[in-house]
This record gives sequence, structure tokens and C-alpha cells, in this order.
Amino acid sequence: MKAGHKFLLGAAAIVVSVGFLIAEGVKETGVYFLTPSELAAKTQADPTFYDVGLKMGAKVVPGSVRRAPDNRQIDFEVSDGAKTYPVTYRGLVPDTFTDANDIEVIVEGRLGRDGVFRATEVLAKCGSRYDAAYEKSKKA
Amino acid sequence: MTLLGQFALWVALLLAVWSATVAFSGRWQGREELRRSISGAVYGTFAALAVAALALWKGLVTHDFNIEYVAAYTSRNLPSGYIVSALWAGQKGSLLFWALVLSLFASLAQVLTPRRYAALLPYVAGVTSAVTAFFVCTMIFAANPFERLPFTPADGRGLNPQLQNPGMMIHPPMLYLGYISITIPFAFAVAALLSRSLDTGWIHAIRKWTLVSWLFLSIGITLGMWWAYVELGWGGYWAWDPVENASLLPWLTMTAFLHSVMIQEKRGMLKRWNLGLIIGTFLLSIFGTFITRSGVIASVHSFTQSNVGYFFLGFLAVSGVLAFTLLYTRWPSLRAEVQLESMLSREAAFLFNNLLLVGVAFSVLWGTLFPILSELVRGSKITVGPPFFNRVNIPIGLLLLALTGVGPLIAWRKASTANLRRQFTAPVTTGLVTLVGLLASGMRDFYAIMALALAGFVAGTIVQEFWRGVRARRRMHGESVPLAFSRLVARNRRRYGGYLVHVGVLIYFVAFSGMAFKREMEATLKPGQSVRMQSPFGHTYTLTHMGVSQFEALNRIVSAATVSVAKDGKPEGLMTSEKRQHVDSFKRPTFEPSTEVGIRSGLQEDLYITYAGSVNGTEEAVYRFTINPLVWWLWFGGFVLVFGGVVTMWPGGGPTVAAPRRAVAGYEVALVGGGPE
Repeated sequence: MKAGHKFLLGAAAIVVSVGFLIAEGVKETGVYFLTPSELAAKTQADPTFYDVGLKMGAKVVPGSVRRAPDNRQIDFEVSDGAKTYPVTYRGLVPDTFTDANDIEVIVEGRLGRDGVFRATEVLAKCGSRYDAAYEKSKKA
Repeated sequence: MTLLGQFALWVALLLAVWSATVAFSGRWQGREELRRSISGAVYGTFAALAVAALALWKGLVTHDFNIEYVAAYTSRNLPSGYIVSALWAGQKGSLLFWALVLSLFASLAQVLTPRRYAALLPYVAGVTSAVTAFFVCTMIFAANPFERLPFTPADGRGLNPQLQNPGMMIHPPMLYLGYISITIPFAFAVAALLSRSLDTGWIHAIRKWTLVSWLFLSIGITLGMWWAYVELGWGGYWAWDPVENASLLPWLTMTAFLHSVMIQEKRGMLKRWNLGLIIGTFLLSIFGTFITRSGVIASVHSFTQSNVGYFFLGFLAVSGVLAFTLLYTRWPSLRAEVQLESMLSREAAFLFNNLLLVGVAFSVLWGTLFPILSELVRGSKITVGPPFFNRVNIPIGLLLLALTGVGPLIAWRKASTANLRRQFTAPVTTGLVTLVGLLASGMRDFYAIMALALAGFVAGTIVQEFWRGVRARRRMHGESVPLAFSRLVARNRRRYGGYLVHVGVLIYFVAFSGMAFKREMEATLKPGQSVRMQSPFGHTYTLTHMGVSQFEALNRIVSAATVSVAKDGKPEGLMTSEKRQHVDSFKRPTFEPSTEVGIRSGLQEDLYITYAGSVNGTEEAVYRFTINPLVWWLWFGGFVLVFGGVVTMWPGGGPTVAAPRRAVAGYEVALVGGGPE
């Protein structure tokens, strides 16, 4: 066999294994990214869609944030306007997570059969609060 | 000043359009004055953009808050260093900075390129001017840094506190310099295609440029990791965030290119591949800007979003189609001069290195775009995160690390058994000894063990190379060891500088493997209470909460929590982590509060403390304590890598014999058999 052909075989092997790693990686680690309404639709269509790892992007309901006295557990509600879910999270929330209006968060975790979303991670999108206030003042 | 700035932007646009139009029309052939006007317009563009940048700088320094950009990114109480660096802190300013640096590089390419490549220069000017024109257009029509407000605020908004870090004054410009300088090699590639001078000339002409942009990208990425580590406060330095990925993509393909051009120089193979790689790298650099600026993918860098991204998407599509069409029309004249002879050869090792690097780039691109792709194809958004990237890239990375040891030592064309034995006996032994030592010490993490053992193997190859070189010089010239060492490097800068870069890379791998042993705990402590933590190196830390103090600084109100640290029972002093509320000069809060972490760095491990807040406003504090092994080595590896890169590029040093050597090699190949396709 010529070296060129051998190389093509080797190259094909690399391409196939990289492809395999990617496909397998997506299958094993990929999680749905849903809005509360989409999640509600999913659980309605498929009653087994509980305790599945997923991410949910929504806004924090203003005034819903309850912090435990030790500051390490936090309960709040998220909503996209149409559907609201209670979220409970044990851990430290990022600086950008505040009680203020219109904070967008991405919560990663599982929806329990009791309807409570247990988050393992909370990401807060950089505050639109000041931006919005700033944009308003600019137009004033 | 804004009027002058606006005017300068228009002048720059006209000059760039002139240069590009004349260059691509081809009318300059045989007309010296037209030809001169092309490069003249390039210098003029640079001058005009420099005037624009100075005008914006003047606005920043004089606190002219009527300029929207100045009001948005600075304030009266902002430290002066950040006022100067505010030129690239925001989107509009960074576009101006980008165009300015691009026009500077474009001018340097016109001036510094040796005369023998002069035929390429008008086309090079055409490409760089077209790209500059795009940036200036984006500024004039979508993101004008000189836009004025209908009123003048009493104070500006100030700079996002996460960007108030000395690293942020240099991290973005370094990355930009990397992204921007890629345009020059790309321009030479397009020039070679347009002028049909498709020998290795263009590759020689851009060698330094590719190294420069690779170095800037490396520095920019490493500084970015450092910034994430000290400023974002989650205890790590790489989160596979879309924007981080976007900076990694051109670095990966550029690394592949740096290796594959050696194959073209020495053997006349891979011509199409190299052109494809450099075009791809350029497109990825624009793609990186698009990802950063458009916010189509949620990212920690969301403070940079705007609709300017769609200008970039359009530009990306147009330049991709044009460049690849051009490559396609020249396809038949880009045949390889020789064929691969053996799988056991340097060519084969480099080819596999290239495939793996491009494989990593592809998987990173795929993972980054997956939310968009899955929504398009399956209607529901599916995201992948760090577990995906680690799972895919750690095995490929380890293979690449192994090839780092194999590539430079294995013979060209076809390695004999004697060659393999001579080159690899000692390094393989080193690797095996490392492996056994790690297993005996009780380490059980598979990937970390593999990374360290392979690092041992690669270190073995490099030490052997230096040792053999020094020994040969000592025999021939009777020099002392240090003299022989320094002359060895000085006389063969490209080769030994390259080895130093490899040393840097393997130190990175060692540092990465340390993160497998990270320890983390959260604790709520009253003053006087303490916790104990065991480190992976077997040290015991006792961390005692001392209290929380509050004070005001220049532009912020600070709550500082202090921890007293004892290591193995010995007191090691105090560490502080702060919560900062930034305020404007009227003491009104700006931005959300931010956290300043406390870091104590050591050769073995970093102690990293994050103050997460107090319980009900008391001095009882919530902390996260992290022990990060081997992080110091990451920054050290960065220094080694940059030093090696600078050695490689340093002018002079050794004859440039690439061209004649390649001719000889080609001749020999023809004799052996596998002639041209």
C-alpha cells in the first residue's frame, strides 16, 4: 500500500474519531435550553420529562427572591410572562444576580415532579437595569 | 474635535476605497504613478485614522461628556490609565482602534516587505484597504464613536468594574493585534492567488507576520485567562465561553498553518491546504469579532453586544465566498510537487498535527454554534458546555502533545529504524519513568497522568536536542557549556526558538492537568471561626475569618472580608476579598456590585478566596475557598512560549537556506520514485 493511501486511512480514522467524539459528546452532555413556556409544553406532551438535566432562560420575578439566613440557599421565581416556575438553588449566586427588575437568568438543573426547579447553577446576564436607566436618561 | 474626527473617518474611507479599487482593477500595471498612489493611499488611510483616534482620545482626556462614547465608558473619578484605555473599552472605540492598527500594519507591510516580493504589494494593499474600508464604513454608518448626545451629562457612566483591572488595559489590544495582524498573511495569500505567483514566495514574505499574529493571539488568550481568573471570581480561568472559544479558533488554525508551511517550504506539498488554512484563519478572526459583538450566543462578555454584529456577518459571508472562489479558480496550478513517502516521516507527523488541530477547531466551533444549529435543524435549542469541550478536546489534545515530541525529531521523507531508535529511546524512557513515578505516588486521574507522562516524553525530546546541539558545538569549537548553549540558540533561532515554544506548550499542559485536582468549599463564618482545608499536595490550610471592614475608595464603596491563613500550622498572614459598589462622583451607585477575589499564588498551588456577602448585614461572612493546583505554571508557560516566539522571530541568525534545500530534496525524491502526481 502506498504511503499516500495509508495516510488517507489515518486521516479518515482521525476524522471519524473526532466526529464520533463530537456526536457522543453532544448526546451525553447536551442539555435542552428552554423558556418556561417551552418547558411546560414539554412536560405536558411527555409526562416523563421530569428530573431531566436542562437549562432554562427566563426573567426573575421581582420581589420573589428569598435568601436563607446563612446566605447559601436562595429561592426565587422565574417567568417568561406566560409561565412561572419556582426555583431553589443552594450555593453562591453571581454578583449580577439581584432583586431588581428585569434580571435575566439562565438556571441549570432539573424540574422535580413537585413543580420546583432545583438549580445546580445560576447564571445572571449582565445587568440590563443600569443600561436601561442609562438609555432612558440619554433620551431625556 | 468630533468634527475633525468625523472628517478624518471620511478621508480614511475615501483613501481606502481608492486604494482597493485601483489595486483590484489592475490598471496600475505599467503605470508607476498609479501604482505609487495605491501604497500612498494606504499610508494616508493610516494618517487619517491616527487623527481620528487622537480626536477621540482628546475627548476622553478632557471629559467631553457630550460625546456619547466618552459618557458611556468614562467618568470624572475613573483612574487616568483606564481613561486612556477607554479607547478600546467600548465597541465603537474598539472599531476605531481596529481600523487604526490594521492601517498601521498595512503600511508596515508596504514598507517592510523585501523588494523581491514587490509584485504582490499592490494586491496586498487592495485587500488590506478593502478590510479597512469595511471597518470605517461600520463606524460611519452603524457605530460612530463621535456621536454626540442631545445634552451634556454632568458626569459619565464610568467603566464596568470588571474591566477595571490592569490586565484589561492590555488583554483586549493584544487579542485585537492578533486578530488584526492575521489580515496581512491573508492579504498576501490573496495577492499570490490574484497574481498567479503561486510558488513559496508569499509564504516567505509572510513568515514573520504569521509569527507576530500567532504571538499576539497567544498573549491575548493567556491574558484573557488571567483576567478571568483574577476578576470573574469563579475560581477557574477557562470556561469554554463562546467568546473565549472565538479567540481560540484562529489560534488553532494559525498554529496548524505555522507547521504546515514548513512542509510547503521544504517539500512543496500542501499548497492548497495552506491557502485554505490562512483564508479560514482570517474568516475565523472576523467570526470571533462577530460572536463577541453580536451577542447571538449568551456569554460572560455580553457587555459588548450590539447589532453591529450583522455587519460582520455580511462581511464574513462576502469575503468567504470571494476568497474560496478565487482559490477554486487557481486549484489546478496548486498541485503538490512530491507525494508522501512514508507514514513514519516528519511530513506525516505534521499532517496529523494539522488534522488534529483543525479537528479541535471544528469541535470547538461546532460546540459553540450548537445552540443555533440545533434550533435551526430540530426546532429546540440544545446547549453543550465545558463537559462537552473537555470530553472531546482532552483526548485530541493529548495526541497533539505526543506529536509535539515526535514531529521535530522524526526524519523527513522516511524514518529508518535506526533513526527512530536514536531519536526516541531516551525520551520514551523519560515518559515511562514519569508514568511509573506518578502511579507510585498514588495519582489516579487517567487524563492527568497521561498529560504529565507525555509532557515528560516531550521534555525528553527537547532536552536531548539541546544537549546534542551543545555537545556538537563543544566538540567542534571547544566552547564552554553556557557559551555553546547561547550560540546554539542564536545561530539556529527558528529551530531552537520553536523548541522553547514547545516547552511553553508542555508547561501549559502540566498546568491544565493540575485543575483535575482542584478543591473547593463554601463556608459561613462568624469572626473568629475557622475552617480547615486539605490541599492535593497534602498541606492543611486553616482559614480564620477576621471580620468585615467598610471603606470608601476613589470610585467605589468597599466591604472587605479578611481571612487569616495558616499553612500546616504556620501562620501565613492575611488575605482579603472585597465586594465593591462602584459609584459616580455624586456617590450614586453605578453598575452591580462586583467581587474582588483574594489570591495567594505558589509553585504548587493557589489559595483563592471569594467573599460572597454577609449574613443579614452582620460581620458573619459567606466565603468560597478554592485550592487551584499548578496555576502559577500557566502564567510561567506563557512567558516561556512568548520568549521562544520572540527568539524565533529575532532578525538575523543563521542563513535562510529554505529555498535551495527544498530544490535538492525535490530532486532526490524524484530519484527515489514517487514523483509528482
